[in-house]
Amino acid sequence: MRRIPPLVRLAVLGSAASVLLTGCLGSSDSGSGDQDANRNADATKVELVIGSNAVKGGKNSAGAEFTESVLIPKFVEAQKAKGVDVTVKFQGDGSDDEVYKQKLALGLSNKTGPDLINVDGIWVGEFAQAGYLKPLTDTVGDAAKVDGWDGWKQIPDSVQQLGMFDGKRYGVPGGTDGRVLYFNKKLFAQAGLPADWQPKSWDDITAAGQALKKLPGVTPIQINAGTAMGEATSMQGVLPLLVGTGATINTDGKWLGNTSQIRQVLDFYKSIYGSGLGDPVLQREAKGRDKSFALFAANKIGILLEGDYFWRSVVEPKAGVAKMADRDTAVGYALIPANKAGGGVKGQDFVSMSGGGAVAINPNTKFPQQAWELLQFMNSAEMVKAGLNGAAKITQRTDVNTEVLAGDPMLNFVASKVLPLTQYRPGLAEYPRISAALQQATADVIGGKPTDAAAKGYQTAVEAAAGGKDKVTSN
Amino acid sequence: MATASPPVPGRPARVRRPAQDVAGLGIGRAVGFLAPALLLIGAFLVFPAIWTIYIGITNYRLTGVEAVSPSIVGLANYTRALNDALFHNALWLTLLFVLGSAIIGQNILGFALAWTMRRARPAVRRTVEALVLLAWILPSTVVAYLWIAFFDRDTGTLNSILGTQGTAWLIDYPMVCLVLFNTWRGTAFSMMLYSSALQAVPPSQLESARMVGASGWQTLRDIVFPHIRGHVLTNTLLISLWTANDFSPFLLTKGGPNHESETVPVYIYNVALQGGELGYSSAISFLLLIANLLVALLYLRLLRRRS
Repeated sequence: MRRIPPLVRLAVLGSAASVLLTGCLGSSDSGSGDQDANRNADATKVELVIGSNAVKGGKNSAGAEFTESVLIPKFVEAQKAKGVDVTVKFQGDGSDDEVYKQKLALGLSNKTGPDLINVDGIWVGEFAQAGYLKPLTDTVGDAAKVDGWDGWKQIPDSVQQLGMFDGKRYGVPGGTDGRVLYFNKKLFAQAGLPADWQPKSWDDITAAGQALKKLPGVTPIQINAGTAMGEATSMQGVLPLLVGTGATINTDGKWLGNTSQIRQVLDFYKSIYGSGLGDPVLQREAKGRDKSFALFAANKIGILLEGDYFWRSVVEPKAGVAKMADRDTAVGYALIPANKAGGGVKGQDFVSMSGGGAVAINPNTKFPQQAWELLQFMNSAEMVKAGLNGAAKITQRTDVNTEVLAGDPMLNFVASKVLPLTQYRPGLAEYPRISAALQQATADVIGGKPTDAAAKGYQTAVEAAAGGKDKVTSN
Repeated sequence: MATASPPVPGRPARVRRPAQDVAGLGIGRAVGFLAPALLLIGAFLVFPAIWTIYIGITNYRLTGVEAVSPSIVGLANYTRALNDALFHNALWLTLLFVLGSAIIGQNILGFALAWTMRRARPAVRRTVEALVLLAWILPSTVVAYLWIAFFDRDTGTLNSILGTQGTAWLIDYPMVCLVLFNTWRGTAFSMMLYSSALQAVPPSQLESARMVGASGWQTLRDIVFPHIRGHVLTNTLLISLWTANDFSPFLLTKGGPNHESETVPVYIYNVALQGGELGYSSAISFLLLIANLLVALLYLRLLRRRS
């Protein structure tokens, strides 16, 4: 018998398999869209899973606790009254947001995952484009049923955007937030700075930093930078600074490339991390953000740019991940100034960025109708209020906010002073890749690269992410 | 990699030389014995490899439009890899990692341990071997946690020992840390291999060398090494391959800070899942696969020449 050389055998096998495989990738999405939205609508035994990046005793502990011990039992009880035997499970996670997102995307791409999914508002676009999420009206099957929910009237339009893409609703948003400059009043007193500090320009921030620098063992300013922190770098760093230069990351459909505004932001980073005002090593560490929390709580960081999450869940005296028993007296907060008075976006003196998550229904759920019921239930005024459990948070519902925010001066400050001047990230599918490019640019600068070189690298990355030079502004 | 081998008995062909069927199984039963293994290899090795090649010529992404309707981009991913500074960086770091921790670190430390423990009291030898083995068999996550605690900037053990409070070892010297870590982690294999190899050195020759007054180095060079040359080769190639494909650096540094410890496997992971670029990362995976095959081929060739 004539022997076939092994390499030829392999090649034949390979090409045969490739032919078979061609066209398999990604073409399997059609299934879920055609599914009957009323499947199992009358089932008397129902199983639902809620997935969230929250875990008892860890990340967003209070949220996980509430879901498991209040929301789920109440929903089960309510359904029992209707004669439906529901089992709801909570699938908690306590990882970095990027890791949680990977897990979700991998699950959804294989048509699995929890029935109700907590997602960050900025993921909605790319998930929707990938077919991982469908508009609520498609999944539930009845537009009137979805749009007729009375809860929508309580959710402001800007907040509803968090769960929307291309003008369609993909999920119910879970509230919003705002960013401020936190400062340690005890350190400020030692450095001779006022307890009601309110900087009016970036120079005011660095001036306060110079005063704090004289205190031994204290890092004056920490503004998130680098790639290790992921989206935290964009939201608590680059973007609030960028709107302080008068620019937004996407204007009229064009992404902001290597422009004077980007370079100003990178120069500001350089002025902080290149002069000993900030600790660049902390920004490069894998667990840098958690460490910055712990250091602030230990009175070792003077000024920290963070969202209201920091107040509610980090330095919160009872359940925070870096508790500060004297939070209410020791932690001050100020609006983030534009680079100079009137220099911010829309000519504002002060700026901020907001974001938030949404809960969407997995299009592959076995019980779309029941999932929608649970989604409404968890966003009812009663449950949203119960979820706060006496604490305050800017919820999605105006009716709840007016009732609870008065009790917490900080969150009231965010709702009344920050939200009117805040900006949201563009709900475009390319955003996460643009954001990664911003993070890389800051990583380059704090790593010692000159601003110009970092900005050039950023331009290249943005062009690749946006899909062409013509979609990027540069000057 | 398939190499020229005697015809597989299971091949549905006329058996012209019955002498080959030494086990006397006959074709049917031989196929029956081979089928499970071939199926497993096909399902878990051949298919994924081909699938990787296929994805590598598309622009498939984890999310977004390209997740639904990826298109074939031909060799674009490969040409991109050739010009990708980060990929070059990853290759260079992998080379350093292999050279530092496997070829130099594990090899030399493993041999040194095997050589010195040869004459040690059994109790000492067993204790040392157990400790070295422990480093090898502990789960990666546990080990990574211990090493992060060791290198930590604020409360790390190393800083306490050296009195260098505030030195962020994993940030300032990421590659040095990884090389040290992997040397510690993988020495057990080299140690065990060399221990048994050294038993093949005839004691009489060592004795004679001692009689004629050969120094330790001369004994190693002229007596021991010629006997274990083959083992050195096998060991070096195996640990090089393992180290080049090792993913545990991710557990310590995630490739950071700013790509400074991003070896090829970590880079592939970051590109695929952090960046969502499954197509591009598959292309790089395929390049890594080719590199592995080339090394394996070289290894087989050298082995054959020796025998």
